[in-house]
Amino acid sequence: MTRLSLLLVVFAALALVPLVVTSEFWLNVCVLTLFSALIGQAWNILGGYAGQFSFGHALFFGVGAYTVAALQVRLGVNPWIGLVLGGALGAAVAVAVGWLTFRYGLRGSYFALVTLAFAEVFRILANSIPWLGAGEGMMIKLAAGPGMLQFKNLANYYWLLLAMTLACFLAVWWLDRSRLGARMLAVRDNEDAAAAIGVDAFAVKLQAMALSGLFMGLAGVFYAQRYLYLDPGLAFGPTESVEALLVAIVGGIGSLFGPLLGAIVLHALSEAAQAALGGLPGANMVIYGTVLVLMVLFLPRGLASLFRQRPQPVEPPDA
Amino acid sequence: MLNLTILWPAILNGVTTGALYALIALGLTLIYGVLHIINFAHGALLMVGLYAVYFLFRFLGLDPYVSLLVVPPAMFVLGYALQRGIISRAAHGRDENILLVTLGLSIVIENLALMLFSSDTQTVDTAYGFATVDVLGAFIPVPKAVAFAGAVVSALALWLFMARTDLGRAIRAVAKERKGARLVGIDVEHVYAMSFGIGVGVLGIAACLLLPSYYVTPQVGHGFILIAFTIVVLGGMGSFVGALIGGIIIGVVEAIGGLMLGESLGQIGIFAIFILILLFRPQGLLGQRG
Amino acid sequence: MTRALKGGLDRRTFLAGTAAITGALAAPGLLRAAPAPVKIGLIHPVTGALSYSGAQCRAGGQMAIDDINAAGGITSLGGAQIEAILGDSLSKPDVGASETAKAVEAGAAGIVAGYASAITLATAQEAAKTNTPHIVDVGVTDGIIALGLKNVFRFSPGYGKIAQDAVTALDEINKAAGAPAKTVVIVHEDSAFGTGTAKLLATELPKHGFEILKVIAHPTPTRDFTNIALQVKAANPDIIIPANYYNEYVLFARTIQQQQIKPKAIYSVLGGAASSYKFVKEFPEAAEGVMDTNHWFNPLSPLAQARKAATEAKGLFYTYEVYLTYNAVALLADAIERAGSTDKDKVIAALNSSTWDKHGMPYGPTQFVNGQNTGAQAVNTQVLGGKIEVIRPAEFASAKVKFPLA
Repeated sequence: MTRLSLLLVVFAALALVPLVVTSEFWLNVCVLTLFSALIGQAWNILGGYAGQFSFGHALFFGVGAYTVAALQVRLGVNPWIGLVLGGALGAAVAVAVGWLTFRYGLRGSYFALVTLAFAEVFRILANSIPWLGAGEGMMIKLAAGPGMLQFKNLANYYWLLLAMTLACFLAVWWLDRSRLGARMLAVRDNEDAAAAIGVDAFAVKLQAMALSGLFMGLAGVFYAQRYLYLDPGLAFGPTESVEALLVAIVGGIGSLFGPLLGAIVLHALSEAAQAALGGLPGANMVIYGTVLVLMVLFLPRGLASLFRQRPQPVEPPDA
Repeated sequence: MLNLTILWPAILNGVTTGALYALIALGLTLIYGVLHIINFAHGALLMVGLYAVYFLFRFLGLDPYVSLLVVPPAMFVLGYALQRGIISRAAHGRDENILLVTLGLSIVIENLALMLFSSDTQTVDTAYGFATVDVLGAFIPVPKAVAFAGAVVSALALWLFMARTDLGRAIRAVAKERKGARLVGIDVEHVYAMSFGIGVGVLGIAACLLLPSYYVTPQVGHGFILIAFTIVVLGGMGSFVGALIGGIIIGVVEAIGGLMLGESLGQIGIFAIFILILLFRPQGLLGQRG
Repeated sequence: MTRALKGGLDRRTFLAGTAAITGALAAPGLLRAAPAPVKIGLIHPVTGALSYSGAQCRAGGQMAIDDINAAGGITSLGGAQIEAILGDSLSKPDVGASETAKAVEAGAAGIVAGYASAITLATAQEAAKTNTPHIVDVGVTDGIIALGLKNVFRFSPGYGKIAQDAVTALDEINKAAGAPAKTVVIVHEDSAFGTGTAKLLATELPKHGFEILKVIAHPTPTRDFTNIALQVKAANPDIIIPANYYNEYVLFARTIQQQQIKPKAIYSVLGGAASSYKFVKEFPEAAEGVMDTNHWFNPLSPLAQARKAATEAKGLFYTYEVYLTYNAVALLADAIERAGSTDKDKVIAALNSSTWDKHGMPYGPTQFVNGQNTGAQAVNTQVLGGKIEVIRPAEFASAKVKFPLA
């Protein structure tokens, strides 16, 4: 089976989930899992493929969320238009941040830290600008109906999210076989060598930023429409940044199915820990963190490495 | 509006607060400079130190400053064990693994604290907790004046240690050229663990000096971690004197930003400096390009 | 996926048959089967940034359940015991919604949630999908009620009402003392609760002749309050109004002392620490004389005093989280009791017609309009002689106000 047909089969099966899962709770867990897969894959485009680790991906998520919310609440713009603009602005902000930082040659942990700082700057701004609700945040009016991108039925939210996630995974599938994807990998593995063979590393990284920012922005739009409330901490705080990189790294960076695997395993783990020890505050998260550490110790290349046909050797520490 | 009468006390306060930040950043800059890892567990380890100081105060009546004799060595052992036992084993030569393992550790440590100590805010009430010294018309709380002195002494001591001792030289050698250091017979793993241990030990000093003017909860580290990274970058990673100066600059920027833009928006000054330094002088004020 | 049992009976019919037989046996009173327990979902942020408050809420809710069960459970349902379904929102709205759905599917007759306003907005909407009665324990944002959800009830006051009460009270206290105070500085945390409260105060106070010299917002956490104290000192107001959480309040109070600022009053609104037993115990000097407008129990109510003693016997402070969640659960139980059923429409109807008064709060019997208990109000407290006393309104007062301080 080719990777594309496998991808389509998996998503076709996922599309049937709401027809099988009648429990609102479990469907909700599926929504949260898909959401993690989406932001994990968005992070993976930049982190896994282009090799640029970001600690501040909540920035693009927050831009998408605030775009759809502010346009709707302040200007009465239909959220479907907000959906398009949210994704576009997510991409635009990502390109702007990338342009600034890559132009000055920031790499590695410096790039990671600067993304974190940008997310903080946006959080502080959102917290101070009255038009964006400042510290009080923004509430989107309850108006269930597809025209307003709000649904009474959780299944519809699920399918909306599934469509976004499929688009993101298809983009990564396309990357895997495109010249752009190959250039990204070249930049990731050795930027100077890539430049030597004529790859415009700056342009490649900007394109990775744009794609990654686009899907984070869409995820933000989804979040805003699903929960109808935003505040600066929810939108730009570290929670989504950490979740995105966690899902991608646990799943195995630079792999097509890694973020989906990572999302499923992390949510299963979180639910299991909650069910086992939810009555004892903290215990569930201790289990969660311990399993994370164990996974790094024993599965250093992520979950996706379990499914790789050709086992790749783990480099020695000096590599 | 900038009120000139409070400018002097505000700046002085920024200097002392910044020195406290620097104290927290000293350990981070050592770890970052030598191991080249971003230690997400730094905030959680600060919290461990603060709880240690708190419990010594509560159950043994040990003054936080007396705890300086106990907590930093204990934190050193904890740091050494963490690096040797978990972090180095998890790395497998991949940056993302170090990120994940320190993230995982911070989740475990924080929630263990929540389980064992609950998230009740804890403070120590010392005789000098409310006392102030008058510095040319500005009231500086005694605990902060002590912390300022502690930060300066710690930064200089670390600098001397790195410059004058064999271990310090070994650490610098490993930081610069790992393979070469191994070739000349340096036990790299031991040096790594020593560096991590010393970094965490310094955090123990910070905990002793911070608690009299602050509080401890399981989440207390969150408020300091970002600012500590900012200082490390500003000062130049691996530079102790840079961290001290960086901390003071951040403290003063925070104070003046707060006066001019309000405490909420004023925080933006810190991140603006952070971004500008990263863009235009990524090696930091006193770091070396490399 | 029914697994066929021997003899062609599937599991369900077999169970139904067993139930019928048991029922037949029980009916003549030969043996009384215990009635099915009534489940209530308690969804709180017991881990994460809000874990202290979340844990206090959970403790209050569980105490209510224990008390009701010990008193014979829901009598109209044959003495059915109440069973808690505990949910941890991890201090995140999306997880709060998920935990609410889980509790509803586990058969919760009602939900008590979610402490923080952002989380409560999510839990309330999730519960609305299944029309499950949802009692808001703390969430002070008026946006929760503005959603207009039929299943959502808030026992305690929102910040609009609290800020209004605060202004009226301050005006009266000031006038009674000959109006010595004219100027005010507001210091508030910069998220929904502090910002919303400060905004209302800044528009209302000038109507009563107070001049607002400065409004200072600060983030949570704020590491150092010296800067803020210096600005307060420079403005030299008669009254300082803080609206922030416990940790920041502690630092602020300490810094005010260090900077030797002596206003005529510190009058906080929803102050995290001003009416906290912990603060008064640990920092008696800094706490002395501080006034607060906040959720508070009726000190003259023996019921409230008994619950306070019971809470302290567990080694917990009797904080607003404890008694507000306790009362939210007890209110829901009362509605189920009167409905004589866990049918959601009937319980909601019972809540709407509720005139419950066993809350030990300074409220009077409950009366809900659009889901808000209109009798709910904040009261004024003041720390006097190391004790937290209620000073206003007069019918609940345990001491006389001391104003001005300096």
